Amino acid sequence: MNIYVLLKKTFDTEEKIIINDGQIEDDSAEFIINPYDEYAVEEAINQRDEHGGEVTVVTIGDEDSDKQLRTALAMGADKAVLIDTEDDLEDGDQYTTTKILEAFFQDREVDLILAGNVAIDEASGQVGPRLAECLGINYVTTITDLKIDGDTANIDKDVEGDVEKIETSLPLLVTCQQGLNEPRYPSLPGIMKAKKKPMEDLEIDDLDLEEEDVEPKTKTVEIFLPAEKEAGKILEGEVEDQVKELVSLLKNEAKVL
Amino acid sequence: MSDKLLVIGESRDGELRNVTFEAIAAAKKIKSDAEIVGIICGNQNLQNQGQEMIYYGADRIVTVQHDNLKTYTSEGYGQALMAVINEENPAGIVMGHTAIGKDLTPKLASKLESGLISDAVDIEHNNDELIFTRPIYSGKAFEKKVITSGIILATIRPNNIPILEKDETRSGDIQSKDVDITEIRTIIKDVVRKASEGVDLSEANVIIAGGRGVKSEDGFKPLYELADLLGGAVGASRGACDAEYCDYSLQIGQTGKVVTPDLYIAVGISGAIQHLAGMSNSKIIVAINKDPEANIFNVADYGIVGDLFEVVPQLTDEIKKALQPTS
Repeated sequence: MNIYVLLKKTFDTEEKIIINDGQIEDDSAEFIINPYDEYAVEEAINQRDEHGGEVTVVTIGDEDSDKQLRTALAMGADKAVLIDTEDDLEDGDQYTTTKILEAFFQDREVDLILAGNVAIDEASGQVGPRLAECLGINYVTTITDLKIDGDTANIDKDVEGDVEKIETSLPLLVTCQQGLNEPRYPSLPGIMKAKKKPMEDLEIDDLDLEEEDVEPKTKTVEIFLPAEKEAGKILEGEVEDQVKELVSLLKNEAKVL
Repeated sequence: MSDKLLVIGESRDGELRNVTFEAIAAAKKIKSDAEIVGIICGNQNLQNQGQEMIYYGADRIVTVQHDNLKTYTSEGYGQALMAVINEENPAGIVMGHTAIGKDLTPKLASKLESGLISDAVDIEHNNDELIFTRPIYSGKAFEKKVITSGIILATIRPNNIPILEKDETRSGDIQSKDVDITEIRTIIKDVVRKASEGVDLSEANVIIAGGRGVKSEDGFKPLYELADLLGGAVGASRGACDAEYCDYSLQIGQTGKVVTPDLYIAVGISGAIQHLAGMSNSKIIVAINKDPEANIFNVADYGIVGDLFEVVPQLTDEIKKALQPTS
């Protein structure tokens, strides 16, 4: 099977967001593989181990994105591709990302593409289904189980807590939801092996794309932090009195009861 | 640009979801004098739902009824909606940022070669610009976005844009459109209900969330009682889900759901930054925790330092009393 994983690096979930000059400050931030993409990497490895084939991890990013790709290789992926857009593109949105990936997949044989169901930074969840539509293949989002038998895929899909049992066919794109698997930590031998695994570097020229082909359809005009919350009120006294006071505050001050 | 906006209606168990009415209100915010055309898909008669959308501000309704639209599939709904979109040629399309909205709108965006603003919490105009506000980094920050070319396509986060007042004197045309829905390759064989009956977490006005401090699956029972009383939903921190006190579908936080109810009661939750990202934009936050140093108190409007197993049942009783009509 030709298995591909779409991977994005994101801020570590521990990071606080600091805005400097209208932009999110990322110089000192720690980056990780988007947590939902880790489920995708893990699932890709498991499917390959069961059905044979090869796992290729693809990311669009800058020269520092190789760190997350190496982590995925150390987990067990076979190959990595970095599409470096840093020098060519100033802005981009989900349309841009999809167009680049569409060009990348144009001449490739694909059986299965896995992605996270959202990235925890921009959280639009668009690129997976957009890409599947462009490639004309089936897609299922927010999956929590995947069984492949020949060309048939049986899937559990999380729908706001309910589970849909779905049958569909390859080639297929899925986006991964928490609960699908437990992503492994890279082992030491895995990390050593990853250093020798192939990593391809591409720019948008290599994909026969011009800047205007991928021009975004949306634009961010401002980024801001939520208003700081004022310190709350810690109630005092016996539990009984605190509870009474709380109910009175919720009813009369907050007016939410 | 045409003066027409489409709103995609969404129902559960035969009832329109509240977010559908919020989407109508959102369309009015995009263009107050636009003709709002509601679209509803299903396998049964959709007349009543159409009428309901009109009461909440839609001007006209198009329904697509077909056996292949019994449950949502991106292929079935995609075909139905593209047929309507091609015929109506709208200036914009709005729907809820729900499981269906998230699955469907990227497909439409690809078909229409358009931008898509997902998960908007506010819509405003600045001079000639139409500006959408949406959370990023799970609510640790926000961005304002504009659409620079093509059709307006947006999903809105439930619970943020107030619905218009229901007006049962409103009337409008409800027209059924025949669309041939063919070749569904992705088949839903079964749906296993796991979510608690009633209120969905992302749409709930009140959420009672439990953390590690709740200690067990049984420990969640008092939380459910309080949630039931308030017509709310139960949520959880990652800690509680990892400890298997409850299902991952209840998880609130940077992984998991991001929620903005009117009232969020955090019970036995310490308040890790990942959890705060998922809930700190709730309107009123109450924290109940035995550790006075717990981080959750930094975002809480009201805090009780105490044993949750003592506090929660008393709180339930006291709210019961408060909700009874005074004689």
